[in-house]
Amino acid sequence: MKLKQISVFLENRKGRLWEALDALANAKINIRALSIADTSEFGILRLIVPDPDMAKKVLEKGNFTVKENNVVAVEVADKPGGLAEVLKVLSDADINVEYLYAFVEKSGEKAVVVLRTENTDAGIKALKTAGIAILLAEQVYAL
Amino acid sequence: MKAPEIIRPDSYWQKQDEIIGKEALATLQLEHLTKSLRRVYSNVPFYHTRFDEAGLDPENIKSLEDIRRLSFTTSDDLRANYPFGLLAVSKDEVVRVHTSSGTTGRAKAICFSKNDIECSATLIARCLVMTGTGKGDILQNMMTYGLFTGALIMHYGAEKVGALVIPAGPGNTERQIQLMRDFGTTVIHITPSYSLYLASALQQKGIDPRKDLNLRRAYLGAEPYSEETRKKIEAIYGIDVYNSYGLTEMSGPGVAFECGYKNGMHLWEDHFFAEIIDPETGEVLEDGQEGELVLTSLRREAMPLIRYRTRDITKIITGVCECGRTHRRISRILGRSDDMFVVKGVNVFPQQIEQVLMGIKGVAQNYQILLESYDHLTIRVEIAKELFDGNIEHLLQLQTEITDKVRADILVKPKIELLEPGALPVSEGKAKRVIDNRTM
Ligand SMILES: [Zn+2]
Repeated sequence: MKLKQISVFLENRKGRLWEALDALANAKINIRALSIADTSEFGILRLIVPDPDMAKKVLEKGNFTVKENNVVAVEVADKPGGLAEVLKVLSDADINVEYLYAFVEKSGEKAVVVLRTENTDAGIKALKTAGIAILLAEQVYAL
Repeated sequence: MKAPEIIRPDSYWQKQDEIIGKEALATLQLEHLTKSLRRVYSNVPFYHTRFDEAGLDPENIKSLEDIRRLSFTTSDDLRANYPFGLLAVSKDEVVRVHTSSGTTGRAKAICFSKNDIECSATLIARCLVMTGTGKGDILQNMMTYGLFTGALIMHYGAEKVGALVIPAGPGNTERQIQLMRDFGTTVIHITPSYSLYLASALQQKGIDPRKDLNLRRAYLGAEPYSEETRKKIEAIYGIDVYNSYGLTEMSGPGVAFECGYKNGMHLWEDHFFAEIIDPETGEVLEDGQEGELVLTSLRREAMPLIRYRTRDITKIITGVCECGRTHRRISRILGRSDDMFVVKGVNVFPQQIEQVLMGIKGVAQNYQILLESYDHLTIRVEIAKELFDGNIEHLLQLQTEITDKVRADILVKPKIELLEPGALPVSEGKAKRVIDNRTM
């Protein structure tokens, strides 16, 4: 149920994001989803890739500071209120969401939301109990 | 952390000289000063003129304070008299010259007679025995051999006390580690920045210096560094770290050195006469007040220097040291009067910032101070690799913590840039900490 996500620390230097993405492209690593959190002085690039261990190796070889985290991916209907429903489930269970990002799958009917909760296991449990479909890693990579 | 190693109380190289009484020392100083002043008056035209201008008669010196009438000798004077202008002996008596280029202008040349080298080696021998190094020790000397005095003078002193010396020189970290392992190095002589770099190299190779090496102590010199950094280095290596102070102009390292009590460096006053001055006004300050160290060599033959401005900021530590040595101590070097910068009207030494940074968890060893305008201070800090957990909140907290702690210390609010580990240029010699892009 858990999905591995790669977080990359990016200092505020021109071209550093491009260097990270270029390193992955050269290693023929496909990026399924990507999000950037940044402040004026630094940022974090988050990635979902089919082979996270490989991606981590490639990035570390390029002197990037990388961390693997567990996240959860859920499918929500691509219509108003779809995401709100998921968040309500977690909020009712008193589970703190650190961040989330979404991408729309190819068919365009459903959106995939990547969630990072403070406690991943508790998050999964709450979502399951509420009957929300959690995507397996293979399903996300196949999107 | 373990307590500092306290060396046996009878460990002296020259016991009588090291525990000399206050009055006997003053008499000895005056005797050597008078001799030295007479020699430079007759042999060095530069000083001859200076003495005449000040109305100082070297045949009529009554007290050590008489030299306060003379103006200071500066590094500019050394440059202007390059290479042999300040020689007090004939050129034939010179057996060694060291030069330091500095970043601006001409080089400085420092000449040594045979006896000058012997004296410096003897002072180093005092320092080594004072800190427990002797026969059976293996000293890996990671300072630069060559035109810089740091390595050579330490080398002679270490051989004098019977230690085995590995003249490794700086850099080539792989080989340093190999030598330390193969020979069971017990003592290293190293710059603070290189010791931190070496520590991270060891860590990367999975070598725990506390378990896998035979190190007992390190002598750190050539760059000012903070007490926090000392503690950090002691903890990483599981060793005792002693501060060493010297400058080529005064024959290199061994001018002042810490004893087992690590509370300031004993300055060998039977060889040097020390004054602390206000760097702005030149006024001589009381013991205990912070200022620039001014040294007069008492026994150098080839090139005696009178009231030489070292540019190093320190203070005299008052009171008697428990080790029994009577030579007064100076505090660790708080900075170079040249390194001090002014931002928002406040005087700041890079070491103040370093002290704050080294006390914060999550900060790696490297940092840089960037000055782009007169009211903005940017500090670029590498984060520790272990700190990064993918959570941006934690990075923001770190940024705020650094900002607040630096502001509390220097009263200027800095902008903190967090950098990737290894982003800043790594230094195997002296680290360049301040980048000043301001135009006058
Ligand atoms: Zn002492």
